[in-house]
Amino acid sequence: MSTKPKDGTDIAAGLLLMAAAGFFGWQTRALEIGTSLRMGPGYFPMVLSGVLFLLGLVVFLRAFGREDDEPFGKIAWRGILFILPAPIFFGLTVRGLGFVPALFLTSFIAAQASVRMRPVPALILALAVTILSTLIFSYGLGLPFRRFGPWVQF
Amino acid sequence: MDLISNLALGFSVASSFANLAFCLIGVLLGTLIGVLPGIGATATIAMLLPITFQLEPVSSLIMLAGIYYGAQYGGSTTAILINMPGESSSAVTAIDGYQMARKGRAGTALAVAALGSFFAGTVSTFLVAIFAPPLTEVALKFGAAEYFSLMVMGLVMSVALAHGSVVKALAMVVLGLLLGLVGTDIYTGAPRFTMGITQYADGLNFVAVAVGVFGIAEILRNLEDEHDREVMTKNITRLFPTRQELKQMIGPVLRGTGVGSVLGILPGGGAILASFASYTVEKKLSAHPEEFGQGALAGVAGPESANNAGAQTSFIPLLTLGIPANPVMALMIGAMIIQGIVPGPNVVSEQPRLFWGIIASMWIGNLMLVVLNLPLIGLWVRLLTVPYYVLFPIIMAMCSIGVYSVASNTYDLFAVAFFGLLGYVMSKLRCEPAPLLLGFVLGPLLEENLRRAMILSRGDPTTFLTRPISATLLLLSLGVLILVFMPQIRKRRDEVFTESDA
Repeated sequence: MSTKPKDGTDIAAGLLLMAAAGFFGWQTRALEIGTSLRMGPGYFPMVLSGVLFLLGLVVFLRAFGREDDEPFGKIAWRGILFILPAPIFFGLTVRGLGFVPALFLTSFIAAQASVRMRPVPALILALAVTILSTLIFSYGLGLPFRRFGPWVQF
Repeated sequence: MDLISNLALGFSVASSFANLAFCLIGVLLGTLIGVLPGIGATATIAMLLPITFQLEPVSSLIMLAGIYYGAQYGGSTTAILINMPGESSSAVTAIDGYQMARKGRAGTALAVAALGSFFAGTVSTFLVAIFAPPLTEVALKFGAAEYFSLMVMGLVMSVALAHGSVVKALAMVVLGLLLGLVGTDIYTGAPRFTMGITQYADGLNFVAVAVGVFGIAEILRNLEDEHDREVMTKNITRLFPTRQELKQMIGPVLRGTGVGSVLGILPGGGAILASFASYTVEKKLSAHPEEFGQGALAGVAGPESANNAGAQTSFIPLLTLGIPANPVMALMIGAMIIQGIVPGPNVVSEQPRLFWGIIASMWIGNLMLVVLNLPLIGLWVRLLTVPYYVLFPIIMAMCSIGVYSVASNTYDLFAVAFFGLLGYVMSKLRCEPAPLLLGFVLGPLLEENLRRAMILSRGDPTTFLTRPISATLLLLSLGVLILVFMPQIRKRRDEVFTESDA
C-alpha cells in the first residue's frame, strides 16, 4: 500500500483561495458587467475572481506529489478565543458603557489569552492601561469619546 | 541653486520646535517597537495613524516617518545583543552582529551599525532630494494607461520579492485587489461586496485591514508558543570603534548605501532585500569570506547601511508617484489622503513645505538616532525584559482605540477581528500578507485607471502597448515574472530567503 505524498498546507490554501474566488464571483452576479469600452461595476471584479480561482487551482494541484516541507505547527486556540473577541467587545460597548469601562474590560479580556497571566496582575494591567489611555487619548489628545456612557449613568 | 533653497525651506519647516518634538517622539517610538519583538513598524504606524489626524499634516507625516526609520535602528540593536531581529530587515545583521557580541565586541557592533546607518541615511536623504523633483516631472506626463501599467509593475515586483511560493503571492495580490474593491463603485454608485452592510459603503477601512493582518495575526503567532526570552545583558564596553575598524567599515558602508538606495526604490521588500543583497556582496568581495558568520565587521556595516538607505529611498515612489513601495508606505498614503493631500506628482509643487519638510526631517531624525541611541542602549536592553504577556494586552487596547477613532465605526472593529483571523490563517498557510495589503491599497486606483484608459482609447486594449512608457513598464513586469518562474532563478531565490530566515 502506498500513500501518495501531498502537501496538506497547500491543499488547504488552494481550496481556501478557490472558495474566496467563488464568493466574490457569486457576489458579482448582481453587478452589471458592461463592455470593455464602458466597464460596469462588475467587470474588473469578475476578471479578478476568475484569475484568483485559477491561481487557487494551481496551488491546489501542485500540492499533490510532494511532501509538506514544513509542518503546520501549533494553533493558538486560546489566543483566537480571547484576542479576536476583544476588539469586537470594544466595538459593541464603547457607546453604551463609555470609553473608560469598555477599554478596561477589553484589556482584561485580551489579557486572558496568555496562560502566564494570573487574574490579579491582569486586573492591575487592565487598570493601568485604562488610566493611561484615558489620560493620553481623552484628556491629552481630546478624542471625542464619552468617558462614561448611558449604561453606567448613576 | 534650487536644491539648496529647497533644502533650506525643508530645514526651516523641520526644525520648528513642534516638528522637532514630533520627530523625536517618532524616532523614540520607532526604536522602542523596533527593540520589542512581536510588534512591527507596520502595525504600530497603522495603530497610531488615527491619532495623528489631530496634528498638522507635516507634523504627522514627520512623526510617522520617524517611527519607520527608528524601527530599523531598534531592530538592529536586538539583533546584535540577543540574536533576535526586532524587524525583519535586521535579520541579516543578527548573523554576524550576534557573533561579534559573543566575542565581547557588542559595543563595536552597535556603534558600527549606528554610524553606518547614519551615513547611509545622510546620503539617501540627499538622493531623495535630488531625484524626487525630476521624477515628478516625468510623472506629470503620466496618463491613465501609464499609471495602470506602473501599478501592475509595482504589484509584480512585490510578488517577486515576497517570501515563498510565487503563485501564492500572486493570489494574495489578487485577493487584496478584490478586497480593495469592497464599497461603492465610483462610476455607477452600485454597492459591491458589502453584503448589505451600509457601514462598508465607503470600503473597508484600511487601518482595520492593516492592524488585523499585521498586528493581530502577529500577536496570535507569538501566543502559539510562549517561552521566555533570553536576555544577555553583558556589560557593553568600548563603544567607539578603533581607527582600524573605522577603516574597515568604509568600503562596506559605501557599497551598502549604494545597493540599498537602488533596491529601496523598487516596490516590494525594499529594506529587507537591500540588507540581504549587501551581505551577499560583502561576502563575495571579502578577502576573508570565511569570517562571515563568525563575527565579520563588514557583515554588520554593509547590511545595516543598506537597510537604512533602502528605508529612506522607498519614499521616492511615494512622494513622486503616490505609489507605495511597501506596506508602511501604503499607510503613509492613507495618512496623506486623510489629511486631505492627494499623493502624487503634484505634492512637490502644491505642498513644497510638506515635501521638503519631510525630506529634511529624515536627516534630522537620523542624527537624533545616532546621538540618542548609543547612550540609551542600556535602557532599550532593559525594556527587553518586559514579558510578552504584559505587552500584548496593551497592544490590543491601542488597536481598539486607534481603529475606532478613525471614523467611530463599530464595524471597523469587527473588520479588525476578521482580518486578524484571516492574517493568522494566511500565515499558517504560508501566504505573505505584504502583497495583500499592497493590492488592497492599489485595487481602487488600478480599476479607476483601467476604466479611464479604456474610455480614452475608445475600448481599444492595445492602448497599453502603443504608448511607449506604458509598454516599457508592462514589458518590465512580464520580464520580472518570467525571471521568477525560471528554474535557476527560482532555486537561487529560495536559497536567498532561506538564508535570510535563518
